[in-house]
Amino acid sequence: MPAAAHILEARGLRKSFGANEVLKSIDLSLAPGELVFLIGPSGSGKSTLLRCCNRLEEPDAGSIQVDGEDLLSPRTDLNRLRQRVGMVFQQFNLYPHLRVISNVTLALRKVRGLPRAEAERIALGALERVGLAHKARAYPGELSGGQQQRVAIARALALEPKIMLFDEPTSALDPELVSEVLQVMRDLKKSGVTMLVVSHEMRFARDAADRIVFMEHGRIALQGTPAEILAAPPGSRARDFMTDALH
Amino acid sequence: MQWDRFVEVFANPAMVARYGPNILAGTWVTLQIAAAVIVTGIAAGLLLASLRSYRWRALNLLIIAFVDIFRALPPLVVILLVFFGLPNVGLSLPAFAVLWLVLSCILAAFAEEIFWAGLIAVPKGQWEAARSTGLGFGRTLLYVVLPQAIRMTVPPLTNRTIAITKNSALGTVIGVPEILNQASTAQSFSGSGTPLFLGALAYLVIFIPFVLLGRAVEKRFQWKRH
Repeated sequence: MPAAAHILEARGLRKSFGANEVLKSIDLSLAPGELVFLIGPSGSGKSTLLRCCNRLEEPDAGSIQVDGEDLLSPRTDLNRLRQRVGMVFQQFNLYPHLRVISNVTLALRKVRGLPRAEAERIALGALERVGLAHKARAYPGELSGGQQQRVAIARALALEPKIMLFDEPTSALDPELVSEVLQVMRDLKKSGVTMLVVSHEMRFARDAADRIVFMEHGRIALQGTPAEILAAPPGSRARDFMTDALH
Repeated sequence: MQWDRFVEVFANPAMVARYGPNILAGTWVTLQIAAAVIVTGIAAGLLLASLRSYRWRALNLLIIAFVDIFRALPPLVVILLVFFGLPNVGLSLPAFAVLWLVLSCILAAFAEEIFWAGLIAVPKGQWEAARSTGLGFGRTLLYVVLPQAIRMTVPPLTNRTIAITKNSALGTVIGVPEILNQASTAQSFSGSGTPLFLGALAYLVIFIPFVLLGRAVEKRFQWKRH
């Protein structure tokens, strides 16, 4: 099978919570290696869009292809496809009862069925990528917030996903811990990982993003490179949103 | 209070020698019932809470009905009902089996509620994180959610388990030869308070370690939180 032109391709995505239509026919595609930022005011639907991309939210209509496979088809093995879509959460969501290494090996062992030694070898490699191999035997509660988030990134990376989704990965962190997580994301970008990021880190978006997608009222209002968004005429909602956050 | 008199009534050496073996036999019976009730009651409670988390409507209504009924009924009422009532419809169970079954159901009902409270107290993010790595519902429950829920439930579960297991003394009314049955039989034969005192000691010997074990398990199951 030839490599898909897009790692992620959403078409006509709709989602309502009760009478509240949160996504109003969204089209969004990510090319391999692309780092795309989803920005917009709260309630604009960006987190919902992100969570639709691994079906933590069930879209009401539309289609999503992940690496050429139909995510929404009833015939799709969702648990297999979800391993190709890594997700990083605002609250880290590490398993507090398991050591760092077991947080990372759990899916490798229980979903992939890998033997312990093999799973731990892969997990240590993933922890190495986020600079935390030396914390493998620690419990999550013994780590700082930034370290926990890096472990969460390693947990997703260990499954070698085609795309990583980040849902406000630095919002729960103390300011001095934000940069270590952003540095890991920069490293991932360098190694060619495709990423879709919901975040308010505008400096990071400006410096690292290939594309910024500005959402408002459940629609994509504007998208382009950071330079294009910043070059939009003053008064443009997207530009103002971004520049306000930069100051 | 006269100490001599106290010793004569409650710790009469002759009575200890005469009825000690009976109390010991009763202790063994109580231990067996306690162990059986704890194993089946907690296992059934855990199973019911796990099934409930699948949120199948019809099944959940049944579980909730079971749980509410057995939490509401006094244990003695259920024991008498089963022991003296069921034979009328052709189902005659030995007294030991009745006691075990009834107390297991009651413990299962309370344990289910405790485990369920633990299950729903595990943050939704734990489910989402596990599901996002491809773990299915059952595996997420088994490897991620239940271990956390169980740790949270150790203190209330220990208390409830002790409270319900102590109800094994109710077996005396249907003739299960457990501690209280042996002790009150001996007391009515001898007129001495010593057998009852020995019985009380036997309960302490059984349940104090339980309390200590619960405390140890509690400590062992704690994990560091940030």
